Amino acid sequence: MAKHETPLLDQLESGPWPSFVADIKQQAEVRAKNEEGIELQIPEEVCDDLLGVLELSYSDGETHWKHGGIVGVFGYGGGVIGRYCDQPEQFPGVAHFHTVRVAQPNGKYYTTEFLRNIMKIWEMRGSGLTNMHGSTGDIVFLGTTTPQLEEIFYELTHDVEVDLGGSGSNLRTPASCLGKSRCEYACYDTQAACYDLTMEYQDELHRPAFPYKFKFKFDGCPNGCVAAMARSDFSVVGIWRDEIRIDQEAVAAYVGGEFAPNAGAHSGRDWGKFDIQKEVVDLCPGKCIKYEDGKLSINDKECMHCMHCINTMPRALMIGNDRGASILCGAKAPILDGPQLSSLLVPFIKVEEPFDELKELIENIWDWWMEEGKNRERLGETMRRMGFQKLLEVTGIEADARHVQEPRHNPYIFWKADEVEGSWDRDINEYRKRHQR
Amino acid sequence: MAQVEYEGKTFEVDEDGFLLKFEDWAPEWVDYVKESEGIKEISEEHQKVLDFLQDYYKKNGIAPMVRILSKITGYKLKHIYELFPSGPGKGACKMAGLPKPTGCV
Repeated sequence: MAKHETPLLDQLESGPWPSFVADIKQQAEVRAKNEEGIELQIPEEVCDDLLGVLELSYSDGETHWKHGGIVGVFGYGGGVIGRYCDQPEQFPGVAHFHTVRVAQPNGKYYTTEFLRNIMKIWEMRGSGLTNMHGSTGDIVFLGTTTPQLEEIFYELTHDVEVDLGGSGSNLRTPASCLGKSRCEYACYDTQAACYDLTMEYQDELHRPAFPYKFKFKFDGCPNGCVAAMARSDFSVVGIWRDEIRIDQEAVAAYVGGEFAPNAGAHSGRDWGKFDIQKEVVDLCPGKCIKYEDGKLSINDKECMHCMHCINTMPRALMIGNDRGASILCGAKAPILDGPQLSSLLVPFIKVEEPFDELKELIENIWDWWMEEGKNRERLGETMRRMGFQKLLEVTGIEADARHVQEPRHNPYIFWKADEVEGSWDRDINEYRKRHQR
Repeated sequence: MAQVEYEGKTFEVDEDGFLLKFEDWAPEWVDYVKESEGIKEISEEHQKVLDFLQDYYKKNGIAPMVRILSKITGYKLKHIYELFPSGPGKGACKMAGLPKPTGCV
């Protein structure tokens, strides 16, 4: 018998989608029965009380968590999000309900052994409820008490050899698409780059030293499966700079109907017979594809690397062999001065172990932003306030037409004193000799 | 909110053990908090950090950015963590009596 009546939440148990309510109820039951005889370290009724407080929020339309919360483990300045219920007498099981961010493996590949081991810790010392995964990538343990934090941290690091993720004004947990592990579009090893940089910058991740948060994300190609260009201050997006490889026989197989376009992604509806002219050639944003006499050709100099033709005919068109990545900077959510996607900073960079070029670039950006960034100012906002030109200067990158979508249309152009003959020191009296008042 | 009694003084604190009012701060507070923050003895270096945080807060009404704390005290962030294991926010600011850090932490 459930501890609280939850008529509103109960409605979310119907319908075909997996119900989080049914799952939490199941976990509440598992804890109540405790068939494995676990020495539960936080209240047995934590899941019941979570449903109870959520039901209350459903009925009054307001959150019932207090403002903020500062808890953590010694040695780190982040990793745990403290939270307290604002009705602790009514819902004692969630009086403390802290969230622990746990570093995830890149691409989120797991063995059941690893998952069982972390859940063994969490079932005993936490609610048993999780978020797989947080938007930034972390494994999220949802709900525990302050005294359990060091215990959980000890067992994670000693028994499972896994660390906490990031929170606060620091480098947050980096994430990558699954890259070369199972995608033929991957232009570099996203998982290797992500892992290497995560390890390199552990200090920056665990001990907040920045003006504000900073995120890395690694996409293997412009499709953006981890959304690096929208959700990271430093976005690494795979690209090639030679020719798209074309297999003319496979092109013929697409035209002949043997291969389904987009690997069958639109098979749920009859879109008619594949029309290469209409579905590929005419949709190319660079208008650089031709299909003549049964032969497909691409003028690669005009190719924008948008991925459309490759996405449509993956068995016939392949990424080039000279691969690397573009670096884009400054993506952020709206607060404070409006949302931003990342802006192109480096059109092409090799991404190979030990990733030294990447690290040099990151550190140049950090040196500047850590010094010049205002309190709680994202990199994207510092770029706006101080100018893209400044970012180019501190990273030692020469301005290039590819840095802009279009040139400025206003004439408020700054010049450096040494670029102007005679500089800025002028004598009004000299001017008056030629121009009377 | 909880009340803490220590060496004849009373302190009002929140769940995270931060003082509710900066004016309530007294030297006894540091002595009371230090153990829970993993500190055995308050050294001159600890004191320097605490003094700076209090001065800065009194003047500016906010806690300093980490970079400013490092610059003025001359202590690198790593050393600040050696002094205050839970860091400048949860450790040093709490002991100095500053309000609890807020935002997306």
